[in-house]
Amino acid sequence: MTELRADQALIADWVRPGSRVLDLGCGDGRLLAALQRNHGTSGYGVEIDPDNIVSCIANGINVVQSNLDEGLTEFDDDSFDYVVMTQTIQAVRYPDKLLHEMLRVGREGIVTFPNMGHWRCRVQLCFGRMPVTAHLPNTWYDTPNIHICTISDFEDFCADAGFEILQRTTVDASHRTSLGMRLMPRLLGEIATYRFRRRA
Amino acid sequence: MPESIPADSVGVVSPTTVHFTEPLALDCGVTLKEYDLRYETYGTLNAAGTNAVLICHALSGDHHAAGYHSMDDPKPGWWDNCIGPGKPVDTNDYFVVSPNNLGGCAGSTGPLSVDPATGREYGPGFPIVTVRDWVESQARLADHLGIRRWAAVMGGSLGGMQALQWAVDYPDRIAHAIVIAAAPKLSTQNIAFNEVARQAIRFDPAFHDGHYREHGVVPERGLMLARMLGHITYLSDDVLHAKFGRELRDGKFNFGFDVEFQIESYLRHQGQSFVRRFDANSYLLMTKSLDYFDPAAKFGNDLTATMAGCEAKFLVVSFTSDWRFSPEKSREIVRALLDARKDVSYIDVESEQGHDSFLLEVPVYHAVLKNYFQRIRPEFEP
Repeated sequence: MTELRADQALIADWVRPGSRVLDLGCGDGRLLAALQRNHGTSGYGVEIDPDNIVSCIANGINVVQSNLDEGLTEFDDDSFDYVVMTQTIQAVRYPDKLLHEMLRVGREGIVTFPNMGHWRCRVQLCFGRMPVTAHLPNTWYDTPNIHICTISDFEDFCADAGFEILQRTTVDASHRTSLGMRLMPRLLGEIATYRFRRRA
Repeated sequence: MPESIPADSVGVVSPTTVHFTEPLALDCGVTLKEYDLRYETYGTLNAAGTNAVLICHALSGDHHAAGYHSMDDPKPGWWDNCIGPGKPVDTNDYFVVSPNNLGGCAGSTGPLSVDPATGREYGPGFPIVTVRDWVESQARLADHLGIRRWAAVMGGSLGGMQALQWAVDYPDRIAHAIVIAAAPKLSTQNIAFNEVARQAIRFDPAFHDGHYREHGVVPERGLMLARMLGHITYLSDDVLHAKFGRELRDGKFNFGFDVEFQIESYLRHQGQSFVRRFDANSYLLMTKSLDYFDPAAKFGNDLTATMAGCEAKFLVVSFTSDWRFSPEKSREIVRALLDARKDVSYIDVESEQGHDSFLLEVPVYHAVLKNYFQRIRPEFEP
C-alpha cells in the first residue's frame, strides 16, 4: 500500500470514524483504503481511468467507473457523510455543477486544489508566461487542468453558492504548513484543502 | 490438440455426474422427481470448504469450462483463459465448480434425457426451467459437495444472471457475485432476437414439433439460422468489419446466392458447427430462461428493493461495444446496488469485440478479475 499524499493524510484526520465517504476521482484508491482501514469508513470511489480501477480493486475498495463530467446521477441525495475530491476539481468540465452535486449527495464536501494565487504563479504571470509548477506541471496546450483557481476565487464561489466553509488548510510543495502560510495563505499556500457544507 | 498441456492449464479433466432423488419443484409448476447434474471441478476444496467458486455458463455453454478432456482434445474448455493455475480464477487458491445446467444437452438432465415416467426421451416435453430453478439445483450441488457458502459465483451473460439470482435467493451462501455482461432483465429487442431464433427452429420442417429425434432427423437449418442470428448480435459491427470487411471469397461477384462474402462463409461455418454440438429443444429452453429472467418482478419491479436483502459483495463488468447486453443494463444493476448501499465495484471495459468480449482475454478485464480474486483470497483462508 502506497503512502498517502499530505493533503490526503490531512483529510484522513478530518473524517469522522465510521462515516460514509464518496471519493470523486479516487485514483488508485489509497485514500479510501486508508480511511477504511484506520477509520472504519464505508463508501465508494469514482474513477474513469481503467488502470486506476484495476489498482483500486487490488487496494480493496469499492470503485465505480463513471465520468464526473456527467454528474453524480448514480448517487441518491444525502447518501454520504462526506464527498471528497482531491486534486481533481481543476480537471473537470463543470466544477460549479459538480460542487453543487457534491452537496446534493453528501452532507459535507472536502476538496483540495492547487492554488493559482501562489506567489510563484503570480511571478510567472508577471513575466508574461502561464505558470508551470510542481502541482500544475503541464504547459498551457496539453494540460488536463482546465479550471484552475485561486484561494480567493474558491472562497468567492462558496459565498455566492451559499456554502459555509468549515475548515481550511494550506500547505506548500512538500505538504508542510508554516506560520507564513497561515498568515498569508493566498500568497504562500500551494495546495488548499477545504471542508464545506450548505449554509443552513 | 495440445502437444503438451500448458503449465497454466488445469490439465486433463473429466466430468462427474451426480444423481439427485429429492424432487425439484420448478417455477413452471412441474416437479422433476429426479435428475442428474454433470459438472467439472478444478483445484482443491480446502478443509473448511470455504474456497469454492461456482462458474455459471451462458446460453450455449456447458460444464467444460477449463482444461482438456484428453490429449486429443482440439481445444480447451470455454473459459480456459480465465480458470487455471496463475489465471484470474487461480486454481492454486480456489476450488472451481462448473455444472451443466438443467435443460442443457451436455449431460445434465434435459430434453435428451430419458423421462423415468415414460421411459422415453423428454424431447419437447421437458419443462421450461428458469434461472431460479438453476440456482436451486446448483444449491443442491453445493450441498452435495459440502460447500456451505460460495466464495464467489461468477458468470457472463446468462451466467451473470445466475450470479445475480444467487445473491438474491441465497444471501448467506454467496460471499461475492461476479456479474459480467449481464442485465437485470432482457430488453424488448433482446426478447425479439430470441423469438426470431426460436421461430427459425420451430419452422424448420425437420423440427416435427420437437419430436425430431423420433423421426431420426435434426432441424439443422433452423438451429443453424438461430445460431447465425445470435452470432451477429454477439459481435459488434466494428469487429465484423475488421475481421471480414466486404471481402469476397472468389474475389468477384457471382450473381447468385451461394456464399460470396467472407462473412457469409463464417456465419455458415459457425451455424453448422453449432448444429453438431447443440440440441434444438435445449436451445429453445435456454432462450426462454433468458426471456423470463426478471428477479425484480417479485419485488414490485423495484430493483433496489430486490438487492436490499443481498449480503454478497458485487463486481459488475460490462463491455463498451456490447449491444446485446449493453453497459446501460449493467449500470442499472450497479445503481440499484448503490441505492441499496451494497458493496459494489463496476468497470465498463473498452473492447471492440461486442458481447463475446466476456469470453476473451481482454487485458484490463482479466486484470480486474485477477486482482479481485487475489484481494478476496484472505477472506477464505482457514
